[in-house]
Amino acid sequence: MGQLGHIPGNIMFDGPMATKGYPLNKMCYSFNNANGREAFLANEDEYCENFGLSAEQKLAVKKRDVIAMLEAGGSIYYLAKFAGILGLNVQDVGGLQTGMTTEEFKAFLVQQGER
Amino acid sequence: MAKILGGIATSHIPAIGVAMDQGLEQTPYWKDFFDAYPPVREWLYKQEPDIAVIFYNDHGLEFFHDRKPTFAIGAAALYENADEGWGIAEIPPVTGETELSWHIVNQLIEHEFDITVCQEMKVDHGLTVPLTLMWPGHKYGHIKVIPIAINCERHPMPKPSRCFDFGKAIGDAIRSYSGNQKVVVFGTGGLSHQLDGQRAGFINKPFDLYCMDKIVNEPEALTKFTNFDLVEQAGSQGVELNMWLAMRGALQGALTELHRSYHLPISNTGAGLQLLATTDAISKGSMLI
Repeated sequence: MGQLGHIPGNIMFDGPMATKGYPLNKMCYSFNNANGREAFLANEDEYCENFGLSAEQKLAVKKRDVIAMLEAGGSIYYLAKFAGILGLNVQDVGGLQTGMTTEEFKAFLVQQGER
Repeated sequence: MAKILGGIATSHIPAIGVAMDQGLEQTPYWKDFFDAYPPVREWLYKQEPDIAVIFYNDHGLEFFHDRKPTFAIGAAALYENADEGWGIAEIPPVTGETELSWHIVNQLIEHEFDITVCQEMKVDHGLTVPLTLMWPGHKYGHIKVIPIAINCERHPMPKPSRCFDFGKAIGDAIRSYSGNQKVVVFGTGGLSHQLDGQRAGFINKPFDLYCMDKIVNEPEALTKFTNFDLVEQAGSQGVELNMWLAMRGALQGALTELHRSYHLPISNTGAGLQLLATTDAISKGSMLI
């Protein structure tokens, strides 16, 4: 993938991805501010529209599909701010991406120290 | 001349800050992790550094993608923390040190590192969590801090070898500063972790332990890696090793490893803590600590 080769299950956030993901990441950057978080929750469609998200990005946001957001150019550092609005932590997000429950994901993390 | 007393490498995971806010240090999940810190705090207490130079990465608080410096240094008298979007409590401002900042900037430019200089700069958990870990209860107001941000969020990012050389140039700059200031250098973040993609949750303990071994006396072995290697071996956020390499680059001469701890998982991460003292550290009795 891209100029950097491919690692299975990994999406390199490089320049072209930063170009593609710019509107989505910019919207998530606005979630640093409480006003932005409230405005998103009050009218999600309008908020996405105002930041010029692509159709792919809007759909991924609407479906809360983390992998699709990453593939649409989302950076995990900014998606984390979106996850915060939804009350999710990084283990919840890890579970969503790997098809595990949060508890299974946490157990997976622990297992890696036992190898 | 200013002296570098040593280097400290530590994790900067936001969950650590939340755990400290909530007084969870002695709960089963956190106890082993936090129990590793008192010896390093004690060393700092005895060494009485005047200035902390902290390598960290900004996670989308100060820098968005509209302007994303590869290397940036603060030259402000004060650095504010702010809301990062997901609930970590804001902490009191961090004290800056403008004169040494400008000296470092001048020296870096002389030595081919054309750095971005920030006279205002919000600092995020990458910097504030290590400070809170070293001086609990937000008692870090006395120490002057120079924040140095390295891009670890968007490829292309500076190579491990370049980050090591960058740290070397900064170490040389500090040592060429007139005065008798005592400086401690921090490398924050790491070690292996991956937050994004189907590979989320990847941690590589053997690789982390290898890095902690090599960084003491053979850091050049780590500068052979590319950032792609680091992503492959240590996960997409494992590139934060670059900040440990910058810290290590700033140290010179014989080092004594006074403390080491590794714990996983903390949040999604292999969390390492390491204290490397230089010969300029003040000896207390037969031990440096």
